[in-house]
Amino acid sequence: MNSLLDSLRGIGARVIDGIWRMGVATRFFLRTLLQSGQSFRRFHLIIREIFSAGVLSLIIILVSGLFVGMVLGLQGYETLQTYGSEEALGTLVALSLVRELGPVLAALLFASRAGSSITAEIGLMKATEQLAAMEMMAVDPIARVVAPRFWGAVISMPILAALFSAMGILGGYLVGVVLIGVDEGSFWSQMQAAVDFREDILNGVIKSLVFGVAVTAIALFEGYDAPPTAEGVSRATTRTVVTSSLAILGLDFILTAFMFRGV
Amino acid sequence: MQRATLDLWVGIFVVAGIAAILFLALKVGNMGSFDSASTYTVKASFENIGGLKVRAPIKSAGVVVGRVSNIGFDSKTYEATVSLKLDTRYKFPKDTSASIMTSGLLGEQYIALEAGGEEKMLSDGNTLKITQGAVVLENLIGQFLYNKSEGEAKPAAPR
Amino acid sequence: MSDNLIEIRDLSFAYRERLVLKGINLTARRGQVIAIMGISGGGKTTLLRLIGGALKATRGVLEVDGVDMATLDQEGLYQLRRRMGMLFQFGALFTDLSVFDNVAFPLREHTDLPEEMIRDLVLMKLNAVGLRGAADLMPSELSGGMARRVALARAIALEPRLILYDEPFAGLDPISLGVSGNLIRRLTDTLGVTSIVVTHDIQESLRMVDYVYFVSAGVIAAQGTPDELRASTEPFVHQFVHGEENGPVPFHYPAPPYADELELAT
Repeated sequence: MNSLLDSLRGIGARVIDGIWRMGVATRFFLRTLLQSGQSFRRFHLIIREIFSAGVLSLIIILVSGLFVGMVLGLQGYETLQTYGSEEALGTLVALSLVRELGPVLAALLFASRAGSSITAEIGLMKATEQLAAMEMMAVDPIARVVAPRFWGAVISMPILAALFSAMGILGGYLVGVVLIGVDEGSFWSQMQAAVDFREDILNGVIKSLVFGVAVTAIALFEGYDAPPTAEGVSRATTRTVVTSSLAILGLDFILTAFMFRGV
Repeated sequence: MQRATLDLWVGIFVVAGIAAILFLALKVGNMGSFDSASTYTVKASFENIGGLKVRAPIKSAGVVVGRVSNIGFDSKTYEATVSLKLDTRYKFPKDTSASIMTSGLLGEQYIALEAGGEEKMLSDGNTLKITQGAVVLENLIGQFLYNKSEGEAKPAAPR
Repeated sequence: MSDNLIEIRDLSFAYRERLVLKGINLTARRGQVIAIMGISGGGKTTLLRLIGGALKATRGVLEVDGVDMATLDQEGLYQLRRRMGMLFQFGALFTDLSVFDNVAFPLREHTDLPEEMIRDLVLMKLNAVGLRGAADLMPSELSGGMARRVALARAIALEPRLILYDEPFAGLDPISLGVSGNLIRRLTDTLGVTSIVVTHDIQESLRMVDYVYFVSAGVIAAQGTPDELRASTEPFVHQFVHGEENGPVPFHYPAPPYADELELAT
């Protein structure tokens, strides 16, 4: 009886804790948005963060995109060949990249590359009292540290996703057309016939924007909320990657359901 | 890192991103062909459209000249009414015929236009008179089997 | 203008249910160096954070430069903090900025000065702490003592009226320690600021401060000028000044009798 009550109490405590944390996170996110004015007035703050979130993630995004595209080209060819419609390879590669793989994989890579580093950086700034020092200098850390990182990363994400998709299509082209010898003309023309700018490409960009906001908000909050110890920061970093990966996949399902539900 | 180098890298990054989106829009998507170009719409009724979908290509001599913009059902004639959005660059005579075709054995369906001989050209709101619906595989197979059984029955009759 | 930069009357602070400070009275005159001493965990740092406005008092009056801290909103607090500098225990330099940019940080955030003027000001402040030559180094390249001196230069960048020091001597070698102590005294005198130093380095403090408050168990246990304290016969002060193991502050954390716990007496 007692152990049952205890376990119930444990569940209750977890739920309350979770809701409370969500409230804190929401307030933090709203404060970040409200305090964003300064970062846009001093745009070089954002440029710095575009560099560390975007430019530094370039290599991993470009290389992964190329390989994913090449694998798609290879696998797609194998499958399509059995139906004698290799020409549809371009369509297959482009649609899977632009609609799904580009935004999702780029966001997952972004979460582990840029998201974790944002969490670690902010967590360490907190642990070494840099944020407290800033506050003592009458500078709001949300406005000076958090908001520029938020916008820098949110701006970087769609760019990275587009580069990922473009690289992937290039990879599919390399394998399909150059290596295997699918007809180049039909590769591109079938692709163009099937891929719609608004329906597919724009929706992909919107997806990546949403993922960017989610990943960055999670990363910033985890860093800002981390206990100021080495262990706390390392746990927060892990949580950032896990939570934002789950958030990406969950959001992807919801967005896909809304965007591509039949015709 | 120096401010100037930083700005340069971010500049390269943003330009590369814009280039990627342009590449996706123009080379991968259909942005370059229609959405921005001016179009005119003609209608056509089909007995059966098979698996034709909105946005399916309209081809003439294999060239994409437009897209299906709308598919409806006429409850008087019990036929499908299809709106065809055609690029104004391409003009067709009034007696052009439309038929629904399939690219490859299992590929997607599209509308093929075959130009007629009339002097007057199609304009916005016109209707295509001569149409040929989709070939439904089941009907085809059914027909084939029917013919075959008839063919087998005939030689048997004189006996 | 009142002669006292800081006036604290009957100040209490509770962290959740636990009373950390009970009825503190403290004043600091302009141009003085005040030391707040006491054993670790006695509430010294809490007091410093209250003065800095990072915490709000539960009860009592805390006035800094004639402003009652309890009445301030965020905006007012930030206004007041521009007249304060704070030196954190390990400097808390921004690790992604060079020494120069660290010192320039408050100037760039709060003023619209042209870059040449900021350069001159930063070099002046760095010169005052003897680190003009280190302007281009990154914080990771500095020793602990140097980092704290850079942080001091940053704290005085906006010419504050009040500088708060949180454990400025912790973990320093004797030379750096002497240098830091002299620097605090010299800056206080030349800039005409008031310095509040939280420390437990008794010898260095007694050498350079004007007045000492001992905080123990949430109350001011003793106070006086360095000379008075050296001569004091009060057991707590005597224990602290001479670093004795036993006295009013026991070596043992409160525990049941040793013999009972080991179950020797049955």
